[in-house]
Amino acid sequence: MSSQLHGTQTFDKSKRAELKFSDEAMATVQKIKSSYPEGKQKSALLPVLHIAQAEFGGWLSPETMDYVAAVLAIQPIEVFEVASFYTMYNLKPVGKCVLEVCQTSSCWLNGAEDIVNYIEKKLNIKVGETTKDGMFTLKVVECLGSCGTAPMLQCGASYHENLTYDKIDSLLETYRTESRQRNYTDLDYKNTL
Amino acid sequence: MGKKLLIHNDHLPNIHTLEVYRANGGYASVEKALKTMSPDQVTDEVKKSGLRGRGGAGFPTGMKWSFLAKPEGVPRYLVCNADESEPGTFKDRYLMEKIPHALIEGMITSSYALGAKVSYIYIRGEYFYVARIVEAAIAEAYAAGWLGKNILGTEFSHDCYVQVGGGAYICGEETALLESLEGKRGNPRIKPPFPAVAGLWGCPTVVNNVETIAAVCPIVNMGGEEYAKIGIGKSTGTKLISASGHINKPGVYEIELGIPVEEFIYSDAYCGGIRNGKKLKAVVAGGSSVPILPADLILTTAKGEPRLMTYESLADGGFQTGTMLGSGGFIVMDEDTSIVKNLFTFTRFYHHESCGQCSPCREGTGWMEKILKKFLNGTATESDVDLLWDIQSKIEGKTICPLGEAAAWPVAAAIRHFKHEFLEIARSKKFIDISHYERLNLIRA
Repeated sequence: MSSQLHGTQTFDKSKRAELKFSDEAMATVQKIKSSYPEGKQKSALLPVLHIAQAEFGGWLSPETMDYVAAVLAIQPIEVFEVASFYTMYNLKPVGKCVLEVCQTSSCWLNGAEDIVNYIEKKLNIKVGETTKDGMFTLKVVECLGSCGTAPMLQCGASYHENLTYDKIDSLLETYRTESRQRNYTDLDYKNTL
Repeated sequence: MGKKLLIHNDHLPNIHTLEVYRANGGYASVEKALKTMSPDQVTDEVKKSGLRGRGGAGFPTGMKWSFLAKPEGVPRYLVCNADESEPGTFKDRYLMEKIPHALIEGMITSSYALGAKVSYIYIRGEYFYVARIVEAAIAEAYAAGWLGKNILGTEFSHDCYVQVGGGAYICGEETALLESLEGKRGNPRIKPPFPAVAGLWGCPTVVNNVETIAAVCPIVNMGGEEYAKIGIGKSTGTKLISASGHINKPGVYEIELGIPVEEFIYSDAYCGGIRNGKKLKAVVAGGSSVPILPADLILTTAKGEPRLMTYESLADGGFQTGTMLGSGGFIVMDEDTSIVKNLFTFTRFYHHESCGQCSPCREGTGWMEKILKKFLNGTATESDVDLLWDIQSKIEGKTICPLGEAAAWPVAAAIRHFKHEFLEIARSKKFIDISHYERLNLIRA
């Protein structure tokens, strides 16, 4: 992988050398690999990137992508071209809790813009920014399949639906108190369908 | 209320578990198919049922299955398309979350018909928790012998796996889905060859929607002919409709194909009418891609007949006065809705989701979004309406996959039926959005 990936990110060999999946994560990776025929381990790339993102700080650094390439015995560029195509992989550092507010039709019809404005004011950040304490990143996303329970936001594995300002208040309070990184791979998901 | 075949048990506590699902007649189609029918007989029943793909295209499922190439010594695959991403659609999520075994049962029965020893369920990444639920159900099915080697003591063995995506609408297109399943960017493939000949890893593959596969269970249980008695004409059986927008009762409803659109919108059994006593303005009947229709045309056809919830009736009048059933993503808008702004959310969506392979789609969706933005900030001119029309007409039919059409159709329909709204903004040089939180009940829980 080139030393200068994009923007200001550089490749740090010593950081790369330190990267290693936990035993639990590695067991999951092996299980995922075994669901594909011999020689087709590249198919595991998307799910393995989710695990890597959760394991290594909530985003995919150049070092992390290089490590995933080694784990799956593919070229680093094959990892980067996939990581940069799909929206769920963060190629820049993010806060512990990434708030993804859906803004497409049904959510817009039900006040998604007001939800975004409310969170912006409450956290004193704009869409795309992270709070100074590194706790929250605010994003807007396209349809998450929660149109009947709009407006909604996703944070990690959890869907928070039928949002009101009160619900957002208590959600942010809980997240701030628990103060842990929220991942798509979390097992303790919440949903309200 | 009409007949329900897919989610009739969704109210039962713990219906997501194998125990409760089985106790309520679950896995009967696997028993019937494996013990009393040949694979071709199962396909025949699906053909007789008239089942059409429930993901949006509405292609006859039995015919799709019959195209599957069966060369000796080459594995065949069944892939379930659970990449539900069409704005307005959330029925597959509901089905998988509430009754995951209905999908797994369908996967086994369908795989038996197709001769697939391995199948994959590709679930959109955002539905990670849904994937967990389906995976837990698969584990239960293995433990009880419904999956694995020699199912029910027969020669048929089957393995079923879940793969999560990474966030990309385009992966709902079946060849993009296969690329993604192979660990690549979701760029749709040029067809032919179709997946039935060269699909997953170059092997013959059938890709079906979640609801389509789940519908195979009742078809095998009751027989294709019985299933075909439900519905009207070529719209047979039941369909899950995701209802959202300005209605009193948003949610997932299973309908018998053929009920009047008016009943669906106003009956308390379904949407329960328009919220806050407002009047109906427009409906997007089958997910964001299908043409929007104004209230009069969604309730009655141009010929003055009541519009029905069928593939044919919704399409009556072509795109001039009709629309499509699509995925069943039914978005209802009240009298205060700005059609221009709603269109902007759709167009921004398609621009965001274009994979970038074909210039007409990659560039065209971006141009359309930019022009619509001019309407929202009051800088658009009357000629921008013509420009918008011109661009959409140059995307349709000129791309590898149907995302081009999906992006063009909503623009064309909005201009066709609501041109006055565009012109009004262009003439007055201002856009006023009258939706606000007091009306939307965001303040109290």
